[in-house]
Amino acid sequence: MLKIENLHATVADREVLKGVNLEIPAGQVHAIMGPNGSGKSTLSYVLAGRDDYEITQGKITFMGEDITEMEPEDRAALGLFLAFQYPIEIPGVTTTTFLKTAINAIRKKRGEAEIDPAAFLKLQKEKMTQLNMSPEMVKRGVNVGFSGGEKKRNEVLQLAMLQPKMAVLDETDSGLDIDALKIVADGVNALRGAERSFLVITHYQRLLDYIKPDVVHVLANGRITATGGPELALELEKNGYAAYYDEKAA
Amino acid sequence: MSATIETIATVEALEGKYEAGFITDIESDMAPKGLSEDIIRFISEKKGEPQWMLDSRLKAYRHWLTMPEPTWAKVDFPPIDYQDAYYYAAPKNVKKLQSLDEVDPKLLETYKKLGIPLREQEILAGVAVDAVFDSVSVVTTFREKLHEAGVIFCSISEAIQLYPDLIKKYMGSVVPYTDNKHACLNAACFTDGTFVYIPEGVRCPMELSTYFRINEAKTGQFERTVIVAEKGSYVSYLEGCTAPKRDENQLHAAVVELVAMDDAEIKYSTVQNWYPGDENGVGGIYNFVTKRGICKGKRSKISWTQVETGSAITWKYPSCVLLGDDSVGEFYSVALTNNYQQADTGTKMIHIGKNTRSRIISKGISAGKSDNTYRGLVRIAAKAEGARNYTQCDSLLIGDKCGAHTVPYIENRNPTAMLEHEATTSKISDDALFYCRQRGIPEEEALTLIVNGFCREVLQHLPMEFAVEAQKLVAISLEGSVG
Repeated sequence: MLKIENLHATVADREVLKGVNLEIPAGQVHAIMGPNGSGKSTLSYVLAGRDDYEITQGKITFMGEDITEMEPEDRAALGLFLAFQYPIEIPGVTTTTFLKTAINAIRKKRGEAEIDPAAFLKLQKEKMTQLNMSPEMVKRGVNVGFSGGEKKRNEVLQLAMLQPKMAVLDETDSGLDIDALKIVADGVNALRGAERSFLVITHYQRLLDYIKPDVVHVLANGRITATGGPELALELEKNGYAAYYDEKAA
Repeated sequence: MSATIETIATVEALEGKYEAGFITDIESDMAPKGLSEDIIRFISEKKGEPQWMLDSRLKAYRHWLTMPEPTWAKVDFPPIDYQDAYYYAAPKNVKKLQSLDEVDPKLLETYKKLGIPLREQEILAGVAVDAVFDSVSVVTTFREKLHEAGVIFCSISEAIQLYPDLIKKYMGSVVPYTDNKHACLNAACFTDGTFVYIPEGVRCPMELSTYFRINEAKTGQFERTVIVAEKGSYVSYLEGCTAPKRDENQLHAAVVELVAMDDAEIKYSTVQNWYPGDENGVGGIYNFVTKRGICKGKRSKISWTQVETGSAITWKYPSCVLLGDDSVGEFYSVALTNNYQQADTGTKMIHIGKNTRSRIISKGISAGKSDNTYRGLVRIAAKAEGARNYTQCDSLLIGDKCGAHTVPYIENRNPTAMLEHEATTSKISDDALFYCRQRGIPEEEALTLIVNGFCREVLQHLPMEFAVEAQKLVAISLEGSVG
């Protein structure tokens, strides 16, 4: 579903990704762990197509298409979703309006009709109940005045509503207490399926207790330096990242 | 399909650059170019006015000759050559029309292109439209229904003929001809406008709406509007403007006067979409407007809501004189400038009565190479015990070549007054745009979404049809400002 080949990327003329190779088949959950500054968030932004991140080498293929140079909105229409580490506030635009606009923009790009407003509201209500969100939250400006946990929950609500093929979760666990973490993880797990893949980016093993990965990668110094099963995460938790720094790149 | 839905549908269908950029081919009955006492006599005679009106015009004209141009606003334009403009143009063959069927089909076509379903409005929506085409009112609908309620809603020319006492009493009572040069010019050569009179205790049964439209090249548009709300009455008035695309600068100097007696309320909403000039700043309307209301009676209320997206230059300060005790003044404004547009707009709240309250919410959006200034005065007179004002001015910048300025003046002569002022300036962030785009919303649509969110507090004060139109205008006005 997603294939990253020899990906090099720079931010403000500094090379952050130095040859990332990664392949995620449909239906799998991969986790990327790594120390601060290893390029985890950069990878998520590069996948989503953010302007300030320049790909200098390599290729990203998603759903059989080369998306290396694709606009962010076109990647979204193909089915790529990024849950932000720091969700953005949009004053005056309710989450309902925001989500409806997004869904219809994606449908338009795919040549589909607009979503039926009643069906939309029903779906939104259903998903909010699952995420234990108060109905008032979608009537407020997107993320405005939300706590850290509420913002993350709102990201998962959007994920559930947009139903992407592939979701990248960028440190979705940061700022969450254990109860909120469980709710968010349950929301993500409910979306797992044979046709949907996840890339879970995290600093700590804790999240992976709740979202069980198929494969765990270590990203250090802009490269994947180790790949293994869920046991790799446990080992990292115990021994730290020191053993996984890529000496050649350092 | 109801007129409201049709209006929304029509407005939603608006896409492309400046939709109102077409010219209707109706022969004009024009006065020669330039301004002189003879031209003013010509205008007055064309309109069959009584002597007192002509005298009043001439007095204003003579005073106008002595007045300096106001120069304090942050706008920049070459001196206006008043002799290089026309001051009177009327669609030919104007006669009193009994119904819309008698209206020139081309004119109806013009309205259709603008998305004003006049017919449907008349039949279904309950909105009476006094359609001003260039300078002469062509058709007035719903007169009878309003008449039953005792409401007067007619062109100012008719009012001069039919209600001379009311006109003599109120015209110029809020904005005297000596007020400023633009208002004085209007007093001398106004060609038409609207008169509304709501009798005591009457709640106007429908929202009153006037569409203005400049159609002749180089024709000044000098509208005069007077609205009087007697004790305990209520009226909501909508003013919408569009103008065809032209290269020459056109001068528009309207005057609006509102008078609210005890317990009366006037709600005045404007969507202004005069031609703003092209991407290089060529052409566009000079919009020099004087709007002022007086809350004469106790507990009276005047509320101005405006969405200003058009004009090359906007110079406009809808104001409230809060004379009656416990009276309330409100000003809700969105001013959006793009390309080379310049807007210097705001309000004046003059607190004279006791316990008077005012509220100012201003949202300025600057894009392109435009300049956008909020200029507002809050004055508390010595006797205005317990006066209160809340002012909030937010500016949003798009790109790095535009300007946003906030110039609040506060004059307080009463120690019991409470004044609050909040101001913010922000830039549309790449973060917010990227967030929207990641969710699948294309960049221009994302920008419109964010800007409409920024304006929401103001837009929600507009009547429904206007709110939808305003949102579409914001989208059209922002085209080409990203990327």
